Amino acid sequence: MNKRVQAFLISAVALAVLPLLLQGFGEAWVRILDTALLYILLALGLNIVVGFAGLLDLGYIAFYAVGAYLFALLASPHLIDNIPAVAAMFPHGLHIPIWLAIPLGAGVAGLAGVLLGAPTLKLRGDYLAIVTLGFGEIIRVFLNNLDAPVNITNGPKGVNSIDPIRIGGVSLGEPWQVMGMTLPPVTLHYYLFLLIVVVAVVISLRLHDSRLGRAWMAIREDEIAAKAMGLNTRNLKLLAFGLGAMFGGVAGVLFASFQGFVSPESFSLQESVMVVAMVVLGGLGHIPGVILGAFLLAALPEVLRHVAGPLQAMTGGRLDAAILRQLLVALAMIGIMLARPRGLWPSPRHEDRLIPDEDAPARAHGGRA
Amino acid sequence: MSQALLNVSGVSKRFGGVQALSDVGLSITPGQVHGLIGPNGAGKTTFFNVITGLVPSDQGRFELAGKAYKPSAVHKVAQAGIARTFQNIRLFADMTVLDNVRVGRHVRTQVGWWQALLRTRAFTREEDQITRDATALLDFVGLGHKAHQTARTLSYGDQRRLEIARALATEPKLLALDEPAAGMNATEKVQLRELIERIRAQGRAVLLIEHDVKLVMGLCDQVTVLDQGKRIAQGPPAAVQCDPAVITAYLGTSHRPA
Repeated sequence: MNKRVQAFLISAVALAVLPLLLQGFGEAWVRILDTALLYILLALGLNIVVGFAGLLDLGYIAFYAVGAYLFALLASPHLIDNIPAVAAMFPHGLHIPIWLAIPLGAGVAGLAGVLLGAPTLKLRGDYLAIVTLGFGEIIRVFLNNLDAPVNITNGPKGVNSIDPIRIGGVSLGEPWQVMGMTLPPVTLHYYLFLLIVVVAVVISLRLHDSRLGRAWMAIREDEIAAKAMGLNTRNLKLLAFGLGAMFGGVAGVLFASFQGFVSPESFSLQESVMVVAMVVLGGLGHIPGVILGAFLLAALPEVLRHVAGPLQAMTGGRLDAAILRQLLVALAMIGIMLARPRGLWPSPRHEDRLIPDEDAPARAHGGRA
Repeated sequence: MSQALLNVSGVSKRFGGVQALSDVGLSITPGQVHGLIGPNGAGKTTFFNVITGLVPSDQGRFELAGKAYKPSAVHKVAQAGIARTFQNIRLFADMTVLDNVRVGRHVRTQVGWWQALLRTRAFTREEDQITRDATALLDFVGLGHKAHQTARTLSYGDQRRLEIARALATEPKLLALDEPAAGMNATEKVQLRELIERIRAQGRAVLLIEHDVKLVMGLCDQVTVLDQGKRIAQGPPAAVQCDPAVITAYLGTSHRPA
């Protein structure tokens, strides 16, 4: 049997068994995995925008919010309770099925991505970052304030009683008995999230190795040269914004049903920065690196929770555990960026193996202006 | 004279108080190498940027292959059939040599992103074709053996040639080279000259900005001389070389033409 098939089968089995082992130690561990998978999905989406096309987006979490609120509103009693017209239209309540919610979430978030991307097309680098940061905040402020005069989002109180996902009569919100095992909701969600992350990885890889992926990378490398090659950079950038936002929308739908509750607090700037950090820390544009970065940054704070406790005890409680945890995450990030400035697992570089020709003009002029 | 491929006339461009170009024009026929020379600051690169759509002109009429075109967007000019290189090399530095050329094929291919996601047969067939075309172009410029190197690791002369290969990948009717020999040593210049002659033999027109008088005089069929934004001479190299205005403005009074 071929080595690649073997490696694939081993990792597939490992990933399938992992939650079953972990749930023995407590469901909290599986929950950490679930959250990590959601972050991986977000990081893969942002990687299309930042890693492939080189557009630094600091408001990416807005698309996560769009997906989450879309599902929250269409699968909870909130709208029916607050808007009589909706109650009249849906006498049996609003319960959008997941197979409809995922494409809808992707579509609406993708549209939002294109709409928010359009005004930023001429901006680059720092300026683009600042504008996208603003857009991200605008979405959050909207969610916070759309509770009057018509209560759409319920403001800072958030939307609760969101339906759990149901797949073929199995509700992911309740333990499921199968083959003599009891699978708790966190484990059921794990399998669904894993499936979607695998699909997202395949999509990312295929985009990367296509004409479109190369065009994005050309824009990232040198936009003017890319235009001179006849690339329509406007459309290509909008496509990157749209496709990237779709991943965020899907992650949002999953998040809303997983938590059963959404509020604007979950979509703060802090979260956007976190997702950017995952992409950069893992290795900009390199899919395995991005997955690693997302996994580490999502899981690291949870692991540090166990480290911070003893440290706090040692200092006689003078160090606050929450602050200590942030400090440790920050130190870890600074350390990693100092030791591996291109990320933990960057795309392989061909010159690592080849000695560039010794040529005086080449060094005097550099690679590009 | 056969039908002109590129016909540009009356181009003017002002940057604030500087009249960078005033009423400049030229016309190029297929299979012709047209040199554009002039002292530093004469407006050569500005004229180049105007033709290729990088800088909007204040005035001017533009015709490519008998059709009027408006150089309003760079990518549309490239699609219409003018490809260019840059004075200060602008490669996709972190991509491989092969990928640089494959990006050049983008504009002549059309498989969409959904086909890339589904890996349809059309997608695989087109990808194979892109790779074959790009490899053939790399062989044409003599970089075939460096296809999988990162572009930034190439020597200066090789980077110039890669830029030409990438431009050729867009199947241009007119290839515009902005100082391709700058910083090259004598051997590389000979190779470059031979390469441009092979491009001409394919029936493509070449517009060449160059400071190296020997190269221009030996290679070009027609030469246009700019000085201070104005065209001061145009004609075959031998005639331009003897033009007193050119000698004064460009070659300087104390130098003899090479």
